[in-house]
Amino acid sequence: MSRIEHRFAQCKEAGKTALVTYVTGGDPNPDATVPVMHALVRAGADIIEVGMPFSDPMADGPVIQAACDRALLHGTGIKGVLEMIREFRREDQDTPVVLMGYLNPIEQTGYDKFCREAASAGVDGVLTVDLPPEESSELGAALSAHSLDPIWLIAPTTSDARIKAICAHARGFVYYVSLKGVTGAASLDTDSVGSHVDEIRRATQLPVGVGFGVRDGADAQRLATLADAVVVGSAIVSRIAEHADDPAGMIAAVESITRDLRAGLDQPLVEA
Amino acid sequence: MANVIQAIETPTDFSRFPDAAGHFGPYGGRFVPELLIAPLEELTAAYERYRNDPQFRAELESDLKYYVGRPTPLYYAERWSKQIGGAQIHLKREDLDHTGAHKINNTMGQALLAVRMGKKRIVAETGAGQHGVATAAACARLGLKCVVYMGAEDVRRQSVNVYRMKLMGAEVVPVESGTRTLKDALNEAFRDWAANVDDTFYIIGTVAGPHPYPQLVRDFQAVIGEETREQCLSMYNRLPDALVACVGGGSNAIGLFYPFLGDTDVAIYGVEAGGDGVETGRHAAPLAAGRPGVLHGNRTYLMENEDGQILGTHSVSAGLDYPGVGPEHSWLKDTGRVQYVAIDDDEALAAFHQMAELEGIIPALETAHAIAYAGQLAAQMRPDQMIVINLSGRGDKDINTVAEVEGMDP
Repeated sequence: MSRIEHRFAQCKEAGKTALVTYVTGGDPNPDATVPVMHALVRAGADIIEVGMPFSDPMADGPVIQAACDRALLHGTGIKGVLEMIREFRREDQDTPVVLMGYLNPIEQTGYDKFCREAASAGVDGVLTVDLPPEESSELGAALSAHSLDPIWLIAPTTSDARIKAICAHARGFVYYVSLKGVTGAASLDTDSVGSHVDEIRRATQLPVGVGFGVRDGADAQRLATLADAVVVGSAIVSRIAEHADDPAGMIAAVESITRDLRAGLDQPLVEA
Repeated sequence: MANVIQAIETPTDFSRFPDAAGHFGPYGGRFVPELLIAPLEELTAAYERYRNDPQFRAELESDLKYYVGRPTPLYYAERWSKQIGGAQIHLKREDLDHTGAHKINNTMGQALLAVRMGKKRIVAETGAGQHGVATAAACARLGLKCVVYMGAEDVRRQSVNVYRMKLMGAEVVPVESGTRTLKDALNEAFRDWAANVDDTFYIIGTVAGPHPYPQLVRDFQAVIGEETREQCLSMYNRLPDALVACVGGGSNAIGLFYPFLGDTDVAIYGVEAGGDGVETGRHAAPLAAGRPGVLHGNRTYLMENEDGQILGTHSVSAGLDYPGVGPEHSWLKDTGRVQYVAIDDDEALAAFHQMAELEGIIPALETAHAIAYAGQLAAQMRPDQMIVINLSGRGDKDINTVAEVEGMDP
């Protein structure tokens, strides 16, 4: 059983919605990320997504774009991110780690080399934002060869036929993008999220995560009963940015928002 | 074995590309976030439906004739040719298109497609501002709302074009992220489109981006090469010996080249921006000095570092300041059908002046790169040979830049 599968099984048994938290690797500097990852786990995160910085993150909003720029100032790329995950794994062998990023840095590293090194660092899954399933056979084979789960996005614009095709490629969990836009945008529409998640559930037994636009515990609370996991990125990354020069304050702020999100998920709104 | 030899000797039929998934050999494709797949499929279907629709064609042809001013002349640059003493140089006068560059051939086509698709709002990116101006004009002509993303650095360099866009009712949004140039404007336009897919059409200005854009923009620009071919045949009863065009994203170049790709006797040259010199690393010549990667929705040659991060570019011309290039150009490079060369800032500036002084034509700085290379090429050719340069745009927008670089008041 993969670490991701195991974690979802644990959450299901405990009757809780998983909290997936995102940070950009190396933001605001290479020393910050591992302590932040541990803080996320302490405060209730079940799975951690680590962003691989890219110069042109076209699916991301201004918050994560700025995080990429801060990380790139210190030259953090895939290699640096994998070192961080290796260090994280020395203390934490249980929390699943998913890499999230864009295809070009992976392609320049080489698919096989990237997958081999990611697996050896302790990565569990990989989400490549700008790689649709149609173009993914080569990377998919390399991921599979190294027992890494390919995580796919499904969008509000994705057709039913395509949802089925994407789910056929997916392992670990599938990630439903809860709004039309980039990461960190506003305007969650929970009714629309619910109907799309139902469609996805008809296509797969895999857990369904929902993200993009979840800003606080109240948002998390509204989504908790709809999905198996709620994904939060920009809300956490903006706390990191606010405390970029204050490592202790950064850890406290990250723990605080994560606890708020956890509390929201653990007290779901029951529809009247 | 016989089959292998035959395969090697059979010339590539370039008219068959891209394939159904948008590939030109290993290049092109559709590398975008999932959210944009459906709108790209919708666009592909609409384009397939209307590209050969007689009513759509008639409407586009009418606008190209009466609004854009086509056909543009093929002009014999007699004084310049005689001074060089080599091949006879002809200029395809895309600088005479309405709004001053070839860009409007594409924006009229895409804007008409947007109207057919029921989209009311247009977004576009722009570098030098020529595509932004051409988009603003097409939107004004058709009553569409227009938002243009432009790198903050380019807003500064091309203030006249910013004002022109605003006069035609467009909203110009300066982009402060990244290198604050064309690539960042593309990122921002994609983000806007992702957030507004229901009512918004993204008019990409060059033969890059995800499928179907490289094909669609090429097809709308191919009118340049089609006219050139007819003009050469009717004026001289022959095809030219060589074609030369500048390549940033590469839309003016592919527009001229595409109808000639099967004419193997026609040599074709694409000219990239060498900036301070390709050897300095401060340039915008991915085909000359980059390697394949994935950016802005397609696989193509890119300027990138060893970690796969996209590098900032340098060129005196804002319109060539882009770290990628259309995927069809990458394919034409690898197949050897087109030779790609680089011209540096100083050579382009010298050609800019030469064209102004000898022919009374002030070319865009982008175009000046093609002019500079064509001058070198002509000198090595015979007087009975013929070169066509795509004079892709006029240089009014660049006079302040040239004056600044050369330390003069305009």
